[in-house]
Amino acid sequence: MSVIDKTTFDELKQMSGDEFINELIDTFLEDAPKMIEEIKSGLAANNADTFRRAAHSMKSNAATFGASQLAGLAKELEMLGKENKLHETGDRLRALEEAYESVRKELKGLKS
Amino acid sequence: MKFSHEPGQMLVVDDNRVNRLLLTRALEQNDHKVSNAENGKVAMEMLRSKSYDVILLDIDMPEMNGFEVLEAMLQDEELRYLPVIMTSASDELDRVVKCIEMGAEDYLVKPLNPVLLRARVNASLEKKRLRDEQRKLFRTFATPQVAEQLLRDGFSLGGKYVTASIMFTDIRSFTTLSEKQEPAEIIELLNDYFALMFDAITANGGTVNQMQGDGLMAIFGAPANDEDHCEHAVRAALEMIELLKAFNEQRTMQNKEEVRIGIGIATGKVIAGYTGTQHRATYTCVGDTVNLAARIENHTKDAGKPILIDHHTREGLPDQIQVEDLGEVTFKGKQQAIRVFAVNG
Repeated sequence: MSVIDKTTFDELKQMSGDEFINELIDTFLEDAPKMIEEIKSGLAANNADTFRRAAHSMKSNAATFGASQLAGLAKELEMLGKENKLHETGDRLRALEEAYESVRKELKGLKS
Repeated sequence: MKFSHEPGQMLVVDDNRVNRLLLTRALEQNDHKVSNAENGKVAMEMLRSKSYDVILLDIDMPEMNGFEVLEAMLQDEELRYLPVIMTSASDELDRVVKCIEMGAEDYLVKPLNPVLLRARVNASLEKKRLRDEQRKLFRTFATPQVAEQLLRDGFSLGGKYVTASIMFTDIRSFTTLSEKQEPAEIIELLNDYFALMFDAITANGGTVNQMQGDGLMAIFGAPANDEDHCEHAVRAALEMIELLKAFNEQRTMQNKEEVRIGIGIATGKVIAGYTGTQHRATYTCVGDTVNLAARIENHTKDAGKPILIDHHTREGLPDQIQVEDLGEVTFKGKQQAIRVFAVNG
């Protein structure tokens, strides 16, 4: 099942062109692991600000590519960070990592 | 309103690489030149070293966030009028509202809609160009401070009463002087002369609002408020005489006749405002004080003193400025005699 919304992705591709969409995907796939790392380190250090900001970036980029499930999970984490409730993270972080993995695979396949 | 589609210099400020790339790409597709900053601190450094037309600013950033950038720009005379478009997620509109209240021009929601981006950037660019034009226009007849105040407090054609010092200046026997010279020489003389007088007036906070032939009129204390307008008007007059001395030394060396001037200053209530049309307006003032200043200036010929002031101006002067009481003079058209003082440099 697709985890990337086709309409959103096609619009993005149309706007940016074939070559540029590849660069954009590469950039995201390079930066996303860093964001996940920051969410993790923010959680470990109980630093709500780092946690929130990294989740916010993930949400923003996921939405750009039409990865709505990933964006939704990132938003949940962002809210926890905002409300200073990092202890309620639970298995949301693992769910986000899994969602990202599916997005990563699909985006790689979408490169032209 | 007609929007120009000329490209501009954009600054994209976002800590997220994907967002920066996307915005840059979209702007470049509209032929704009784009620079990037990854946080507010870098952006402020760039803004202070180079000029930009429109800024696209993210809110949530490390080092210095969007709010802090807006705050810093507001404190900066040069950056205050630069249009800022906030770029934000759709779920943070409450923060966008705060940015607009702080002075941001507009906002865009990420992920970007290219049509909206183009429209908003062009609108901001147009506003920037109008503002630049307006500032340039103001500066041609006002000091930078006056121009800034006008821009801050708004431009209205409505008049009001203000207390100000009015200065009139004329070249003595200009007709005789001009009869002996070639037309080109006369215009050159006038231009050199006006440049010097303008310098002295604007350096002391005055605004030249009229030039007629070889004469000029300047206002101190309006449109920008200045409590020491009497002193500043007189200091400007003293500087004018001083500058003219140097100017005359040069003319003597060139075997040209010296230029002599008379300066009259009167202080009081005047009606001040912008007159003209929306397209071409000038700041001016009218009233008894204005007439009196002109009469006093005319009286410099009879008195044989280059700078004459009325008693109201005298009252506003500090002790260091030496004046000589010339007694009361009854001017044409005035019922009451006016006490006149000569200012000694």
